[in-house]
Amino acid sequence: MIRLRGIEKSFGDLHVLKGIDLTIAEGSVTALIGPSGSGKSTLLRSVNLLELPQAGTMSLGDTTVTFHAGARPPTEQLYAVRRATGMVFQDFQLFAHRSVLGNVMESLITVHRWSYAQARERALSLLDKVGMRHKAEAWPATLSGGQQQRVAIARALAPSPRVLLCDEPTSALDPELAAEVVEVLGQLAKEGMTMLMATHDLRLAATIAHNVVFLDGGYVVETGSARDVFTRPSQARTAGFVASLRDALPDWSI
Amino acid sequence: MPPWLSLMWTSFWPLLWAGLAFTVPLTLLSFAGGLALGFLTALTRLFAPAWLAAVARFYVWLIRGTPLMVQLFIIFYGLPSVGIVLDAFPAALIGFVLNVGAYTSEVLRAAILSVPKGQWEASYSIGMTWAQTMRRTVLPLATRVAVPPLSNSFIALIKDTSLAAAVTVPEMFQAAQRIASVTYEPLILYCETALIYLLFSSVLSTLQNRLEIRVARHVANPGHGR
Repeated sequence: MIRLRGIEKSFGDLHVLKGIDLTIAEGSVTALIGPSGSGKSTLLRSVNLLELPQAGTMSLGDTTVTFHAGARPPTEQLYAVRRATGMVFQDFQLFAHRSVLGNVMESLITVHRWSYAQARERALSLLDKVGMRHKAEAWPATLSGGQQQRVAIARALAPSPRVLLCDEPTSALDPELAAEVVEVLGQLAKEGMTMLMATHDLRLAATIAHNVVFLDGGYVVETGSARDVFTRPSQARTAGFVASLRDALPDWSI
Repeated sequence: MPPWLSLMWTSFWPLLWAGLAFTVPLTLLSFAGGLALGFLTALTRLFAPAWLAAVARFYVWLIRGTPLMVQLFIIFYGLPSVGIVLDAFPAALIGFVLNVGAYTSEVLRAAILSVPKGQWEASYSIGMTWAQTMRRTVLPLATRVAVPPLSNSFIALIKDTSLAAAVTVPEMFQAAQRIASVTYEPLILYCETALIYLLFSSVLSTLQNRLEIRVARHVANPGHGR
């Protein structure tokens, strides 16, 4: 459902993505892991075109975007891709001036021109799904980080995206709050939501992801099932990184 | 009634009338026009091609670097030399709009820049266009930041409109000068005028406070900063 071919991205002299090829099947959950600066966040942001790669192609459903340095993709392709993807950010980025309900309704009202009543109904059912319906009228600033992130997930799901992109969804949360977010994402995975997530959170990657992609230095070093990559990585570099993640959790066993 | 009090009483109505007929409309129109011009200028400086942004920067530099009184004199007394003759009120209005536009453009530019990049990205990520993001996300958040400094500009403007007296607009301060010149009581008249300005400013400050509380209500909640 998503096919990336030869994706290149530089910021000035910094070459962040060096020809990334990646295929993501419908209904699969893929975790991008790798050290800081490996390009996983940039790759994720390239999928919904918050970053524009300078070379390569991306297919998402029926839309194929070809990237060229210095040129924006055609507007209709840009919006087709953005509408087909939902994004969850590390620091939530809920709209501070809208209530929880208003945050979830925003895309339906502004982008998809739904009626208020329909948008409200869908938003409330999504808030139910993430366990936040009781806070529908609250302001984001009054919520805990875990609650904010669950609302952000509902907001991303509102326009029924074909894929949910999560950029370090638990990194700004303490373990207890991270657990409630992992639970929500796990539920979505069970329901067959296609997901691509960049993460440092071994629990998130190991419990939810079907596939793991290890990125380092702008290259895909290793791809495989979560179990294989975490228990018997084929590359020494992957083994080293996985070991460093595990060292943080001494009694972890996968 | 002592004579000074009866002088204040009889001059109060013509002064108030001049205030309501000229000072208040001049303030409101100048602020509305200046805010619109300031908004356009801010958007131009932030988002337009470099040459156009440079034009906007030149305008702000020119207006902020010269005295308002001199600007008003150029428009009212100077422009007729090149065939542009304006009545006093429109001349003053143009001067104030240009002035308010230059100052508020800086406030609005800073307010728009204060909106975190993540809020733009969150808007784009749910499919919003640049214009929708601007209208639905950035401007509401920027307003919260801009209201206190804009209110200051507004209150300063109420008082600055007294400069229009120098280009023959019959606003409140000019009315005070006229009455003082026939009653020979400048102290009483100018103090009275000051009190009426104080009244106008106080009423508007109260409205400003209410507006500030209203636009900041979503951050006035407990738990902010988590």
